[in-house]
Amino acid sequence: MCSTRVQRDGRWQALVIGVGNPYRRDDAVGREVVRRLRRRALSGVQLVEQDGEGTALLEVWEGADLVILVDAVASGAAPGTVHRFDAAEGPLPATLARGSTHAMGVAEAVELARALGRLPRRLLVYGIEGEHFSPGVGLSVRVREAVDRVVASILQDLRGGGELDG
Amino acid sequence: MRGRRPSAQRVSVMKRTKTIKVDYLARVEGEGAMDVRIRGGQVTEVRLRIFEPPRFFEAFLRGRRFTEAPDITARICGICPVAYQMSAVAAMEDVCGVQVEEPVRLLRRLLYCGEWISSHSLHIYLLHAPDFLGYESAIHMARDHPEVVQRGLGLKKAGNDLMTLLGGREVHPINVRVGGFYRVPAKAELAQIAERLKWARDAALETVRWAGTLPFPDYEHDYEFVALRHAREYPIVEGRLVSNRGLDIAVREYDHHFVEEQVPYSNALHSRLRTGGAYLVGPLARYNLNFDRLPAAVQEAAREAGLGPVCRNPFQSIVVRSVEVLYACEEALRLIDLYEPPQRPFVEVCPRAGTGYGCTEAPRGILYHRYTIDAEGVITDAKIVPPTAQNQKAMEEDLRAFVAPRVDLDHATLTWQCEQAIRNYDPCISCATHFLTLRVDRE
Repeated sequence: MCSTRVQRDGRWQALVIGVGNPYRRDDAVGREVVRRLRRRALSGVQLVEQDGEGTALLEVWEGADLVILVDAVASGAAPGTVHRFDAAEGPLPATLARGSTHAMGVAEAVELARALGRLPRRLLVYGIEGEHFSPGVGLSVRVREAVDRVVASILQDLRGGGELDG
Repeated sequence: MRGRRPSAQRVSVMKRTKTIKVDYLARVEGEGAMDVRIRGGQVTEVRLRIFEPPRFFEAFLRGRRFTEAPDITARICGICPVAYQMSAVAAMEDVCGVQVEEPVRLLRRLLYCGEWISSHSLHIYLLHAPDFLGYESAIHMARDHPEVVQRGLGLKKAGNDLMTLLGGREVHPINVRVGGFYRVPAKAELAQIAERLKWARDAALETVRWAGTLPFPDYEHDYEFVALRHAREYPIVEGRLVSNRGLDIAVREYDHHFVEEQVPYSNALHSRLRTGGAYLVGPLARYNLNFDRLPAAVQEAAREAGLGPVCRNPFQSIVVRSVEVLYACEEALRLIDLYEPPQRPFVEVCPRAGTGYGCTEAPRGILYHRYTIDAEGVITDAKIVPPTAQNQKAMEEDLRAFVAPRVDLDHATLTWQCEQAIRNYDPCISCATHFLTLRVDRE
């Protein structure tokens, strides 16, 4: 299991989920962000890599207070563009509902969780614009550059000082 | 969920060709298209076009070791990987002349129960039920019926937990090998999951009762049903291939009775019977050919939900799937109760040159594998026939029969009903090669 299990008072303070297919180039960027965070040995933060199957997301964030989800997106913006959403502010934009042959992706999982009252108390979603989603490994240059920015922003979120928090 | 119910924003009327086009058929696995042509009030053509690129699994299995087939073919599908593993090991053990010990055979059945519970619950609750209750998607349905969707998610999780325990992980399990398993569970591990399965059994019984109350269109079709049949058990991992029209053959005779044909408009081969045409595999076929193999309590639940021993209405497949989830929960609990860990998790399998055949009941129907290997155990030929490929012809015939008396419906309604008719099959295009744009074209 790709996770750093740190728990306090029987609850995770925060959970960061990196979503993606490791063998579809830039699709793996969410996982790369989580790997970077893992090297920092953060306390009170659980780190998980996931393939993005929707119903599994509902299970993995069960009981967490703060969940930060990182995924690759293809909305047509420039590669490396970072989108950041607070799920409390409303549905994720439809352009971020990435095609999947599975029944449910990330955006759908968030809305299903909202309908069922199973959203974490706070859910932030980072979407990193990918360039290449062909079979293979390794991120494209501009996507790789975005990883540093997202890691820094997540560290700020975890400290409770996210840029959107004012 | 990818798509929505056809609405003004989704259905674009292209004036010149008088074609109604739905950009994407929602709630199916994979990508493809269905075209329905109507001329002078008659259905002139129905084409199921599968345009996901071919995946060449059969070709790249050649040259690989016989022991690699279960893990390579599991990658064909994220919903039914266990089915691929089970048909692969059955074929390899057939060619090598090996029979696994009874506890191993039963453990495989138990693992497969997990996949049936998980795959069927996903389809029943998240993909199929919104059709009957008039919702665009499970998300919309969840707002009005949260307890229903929660029950479905709980059932799916119970199935996944069973797959994780026996398969090593829930997607693409890694614990199955030719000859058995890498590791078998301790009794205590199974006892733990039994508690969750008892909840699942109750939830499955509620599912059967609930599914029986859904409104079904009045439609029946005279299918040739094909499924496995076993001497004692409801078929999952083995049996003879039988049909309601007299077919009764060993799995190794499959190629004498079934052919695959290329059609110019699809990347998936179409299967048909050599002696006839379309046939239907899946829950309806299994149920109709094996009703007498279900335990009395499950038969009773089916009757209470309005099913007889034979069901020819494909829309009622949601009830049949629910009955099979109930059966899989009962069977899993029975197998856990009987479980004694085998002396060894696997038997050593030495390759020998020849051809082996395997067929098991994937959630969507029979999955046939045939491999030829040489004396060193290298695969020289592979053939894989997934259930959705076998159902393509039946789906086309079904659509034709279903649309004929409904040609006067307005485009949006007709298109929507066609989508529903296709979802009855729980088509897995990822397996078949892969779904779905639906187009009704009429003058």
